[in-house]
This record gives sequence, structure tokens and C-alpha cells, in this order.
Amino acid sequence: MKWIRVAAIVFLVAISSACLLADFVAPATYEQQFRDVPDAAPSNHHLLGTDDLGRDRFSRLLYGTRVSLLLAPAAALLSSLLAALIGGAAGFIGGWLEACVMAATDLFLSLPWLFLLITVRAFLPLNVSPIASVTITFALLGCLGWAAAARVVCADARALCASDIVLLARATGCSGLRLLCRHIVPNLKPVLYAQFWISIPVFILTEANLGMLGLGVAEPLPSWGSLLRELESFSALSLQPCQFAPLVLLVVTVSCFHLAMQKQELLA
Amino acid sequence: MQPRDPGDSFTMRRIGKHAARILVVLLLGGFLGATLVRLAPGFGVDEEELDSRLSQDSIQALRQSPAVETSLPAFYLHYLLQLLHGDLGTSQTLRLPVRQLLAERFPETLKSVALGLSAGWTFGLALAMLAAMSRVGWVGLGAFLLASVLLCIPAAVLAMLFVIAQAPGRLVIGLIVFPKIFHYAHSLLARSACLPHVLTARAKGLGSTRVLLWHVLPVAAPQLLALAGVSVSLAFAAAIPVEVLCDLPGIGQLAWKAALGRDLELLVNLTMIVTLITLMANSAADLAAQPVREGEA
Repeated sequence: MKWIRVAAIVFLVAISSACLLADFVAPATYEQQFRDVPDAAPSNHHLLGTDDLGRDRFSRLLYGTRVSLLLAPAAALLSSLLAALIGGAAGFIGGWLEACVMAATDLFLSLPWLFLLITVRAFLPLNVSPIASVTITFALLGCLGWAAAARVVCADARALCASDIVLLARATGCSGLRLLCRHIVPNLKPVLYAQFWISIPVFILTEANLGMLGLGVAEPLPSWGSLLRELESFSALSLQPCQFAPLVLLVVTVSCFHLAMQKQELLA
Repeated sequence: MQPRDPGDSFTMRRIGKHAARILVVLLLGGFLGATLVRLAPGFGVDEEELDSRLSQDSIQALRQSPAVETSLPAFYLHYLLQLLHGDLGTSQTLRLPVRQLLAERFPETLKSVALGLSAGWTFGLALAMLAAMSRVGWVGLGAFLLASVLLCIPAAVLAMLFVIAQAPGRLVIGLIVFPKIFHYAHSLLARSACLPHVLTARAKGLGSTRVLLWHVLPVAAPQLLALAGVSVSLAFAAAIPVEVLCDLPGIGQLAWKAALGRDLELLVNLTMIVTLITLMANSAADLAAQPVREGEA
């Protein structure tokens, strides 16, 4: 099954390159309106047609993919760093700190993910600029998604502290920060990488859910969540299969992430 | 007088431990929630202050209401005391007691979640058993592909597709739960099916059904019960987009309306109630799995 994994990675690289080069590849900007052709069918000028405001769907798909594909890994990086910091410290120091961190992770893991997200999202202002909304959405994902990863990191750090290598290092006089930097953190890297990679598809899907509920990235900035909202206006009378393009791309991309990270999923 | 069974007191101790854990987590969560409500921008500001007909004295009186002046610990204590009296506060956006809103909407969500969980577990476990025990490759492959595709579709999109297809929206919760159940149950059952005693049973000529029911399922039962607890949380989380997009008047839709209206008091109460249910489901699953684990030991 190695070739499937390679194909998935190739697809992810291709789609990431295309969206990074959106400024050159896209025929229009994401907010440019072609007011004489709203709801247009696919043509040579508009490969996926236009939406009800006359914006080019292909361009919006490229820019939306860029937002989701760049910021979901950024949120995953933030949550992995938080997990490393909180879980690593708890596992390394142990005692009351570990008990407190475990209680906090218990609390976070007991709260249903979407309930927690919309509660904290509602705490922040809703009528903000598109850039602020995109920052808030992905920062929230990063800040609230650390709990499960921290639990794994804490357990691993605890196991490492009791391992022979750390015992030997302690016996040779290595302690404190040096022990942490030279022996604990490098050995936690594989788990942290795994947590980082498995968080990406989770955050992509969560952003899509938030976007469809109107609590994600604000218009006119596109993201997969806001692009999928167009499905709400889908009707059998004005059948436009191109409205499903963001959904197809989302499903294929998330599938590719799952396929490319089978090893990481096993490790996590 | 009969001497007390040590097993009974052990079980009671376990139940007590779980109850204490639930209480601690809820108190912590309640405190965080109360902090969120108290520190939220606009807390204590009444829309009535915008009424130009009000005099300066009236506006001043509104601003000096007791809720605004209390400190965070006092606010939390007040919140807890209210909670002990069964008062969950009043929704700012809907101008109705939270308790009344819950009484009206909770049964709807329970119906959706129960149906979704039943459907998800029935299909997920049935397909996992079929895939783990069947020697026909395409059954497992087909189920695996279906579960993998469903795992990659956001709950809101599935709900929207059901609305477009005019299908019953409650089933979406089942489709959200199904892939997780299938993947986890399949890997558990497949691992259990490779254990030496199962291979011996097969070698002795026992039928697939007997091997599954007597040798494979009992080994996987504790973890499957733990998964049952987790699936409740999944189902409640999926209820938000499903109820919003399929227009089902449950607490998911209520939470969404509260989020859009920044009705934090209602939102925090809803989150705490769902958390309580999740914790109780997890504890019940853990307690139910204990006798199975002890039996194995």
C-alpha cells in the first residue's frame, strides 16, 4: 500500500503548491465580482462558474484552500506546542502539577468539542474583520485542541523519566534543564510530530463545521467552511454540480491526510 | 446479620470515586464558565441603557445592579447557590428561564442522540464484526471505504446533504458515530481474533458465530464499553450542526442561537449539562466494564 501513501503525499504537495500560487493561478481575486454573470455555469472564463454574487468559484476555491490548508497546520502547531509545554512539564515534574494538568485535561476532554468551541467563540466579538475572524477561528482551534495531545505527551514524558537512559543521565550528574533539553524533548519528538499531523484533518473539519454554522471565517474571505455554505442555496431547479467542488476537494484532501499519516496515527 | 460482601463495598467505593470526579470536573467547569460570563465584554450592560427616554439617574441605577458589582468569587458562589435551588438563570436573547428552555428542547435532542447512537452502533458494530470475521475481502474493504469517506465529511455538510435529499436529519448523527465505531471496533475485534485461544477454537472446528460470541467479543468488551461512553460525547457534539441545518428544535440549535446572540449564560449552562451527561456516560461505561475486566483477570 506504499504507492497509495505516495499518491496521497503527491496530491497534498500539488494542492498546497496550487493554493500557494493562487495569486498567479487564479483568474480573479476572491472578492472580485462579475455582476453581469451571477450564478453562471462553468465556461472558459469561469472554470467552475460564478456564485450568486458573481464571484469566480475557481478563484475562491483556490484562495479558500489556501486559508484552510495554511492555517490548519498553524493551529495544529500551536496545539502541539501547548501540549508539549503543558504535558511535558507535567510528566517531567510530576506530583501536584501532573495531578492538576490531568484534571484540566479531564475537563477539556469531557466538554463536547463543538459545544466548547462555540461557547468560547461566542465570548469573543462576532462582528470583526475577515482577517480577525480567520485569526480568531484558527487560534481558538489551536488553543483548545491541546488536551488529548497533552495527555499522551505527559504519559510519554513520565515513562521517559523512569527509563534507563534518563536514569543513566541522572547518575552521570545531568539534571534540570539539561536533562530536559538533551534527553526528554528529543525523545518526545516522534509523539509530538504524530500529534501535529493528526490534528490537521481534525482542525480542517472543525473549521468547516464552524464556517457552515456562520461562526467561522467572515465574508468575503473564503475558507472551506464559508465555501461550503453555498450548498445552503443548492436547489434542484438551478442544478449546479460545481457547488460541490469545495466538498469534493475537502473530502479528497482530508482522505489524503489520513492516508499519508497512517504511521503517525498508529504512533499517536 | 449477614456480613457485607467485600465486592459490594469495592463497587460502592468505585461509584463514590466516579461521583467525586464528576463533581470536581463540574465545579471546575462551572468556575471556568462563570469566569467566562463575568469577564465577557458587555457583561451587565442592559439594552435598556440605550433607551433615550431614560433619565441619567435611571441609567445609573441600571448600571449599579448587584450582578455587575459582585467580584468573580462572589459571582460564582451566587451562581452555585442559584444552581442548588434549581435556578439556571434566564436567557438574555430569548427572555425565558433556561430551565424552561431545557425542558422544552432537551427531549428533542435526546431523541436524536438516541436514534443516532442506535443506528451508528448497530451498523458500525455489525459491519466491524462482519469485516473481522468474514473471509471475503470485499466486505471489509467496502465497509472500510464507506467509514473512511464518512470520516472525511464534516457533520454540517452531511446534514446539509440530508436536507437537500429530504431525508430524516436525525440519521446524520448515526453517520457521524458510525465510522468511529467501525474503525475502533474493527481493529479491536481483528486483534482479538488473532489471539492464540481464538485460533485454537477455530482449529478445533468451532463455527464463526460461536467463536465471535464466546471468544472474541468478551475479550474486546471492556474497550467497546469505553467507546460507548465516548460516542455519547460525539453524538451530542454532532447534534449542533444537525439540529441547526435540519431545523430540529433541540439544545444543539439552542446553543447555536445562544452563540450568535452572545447569550453566554445560556451557553455555559447548556455546555455544563452536556458535560454532565458525557461524564455520567463515561463513568457508567467504566463501571459496566469493570466486572468484565475482573472476569477476564
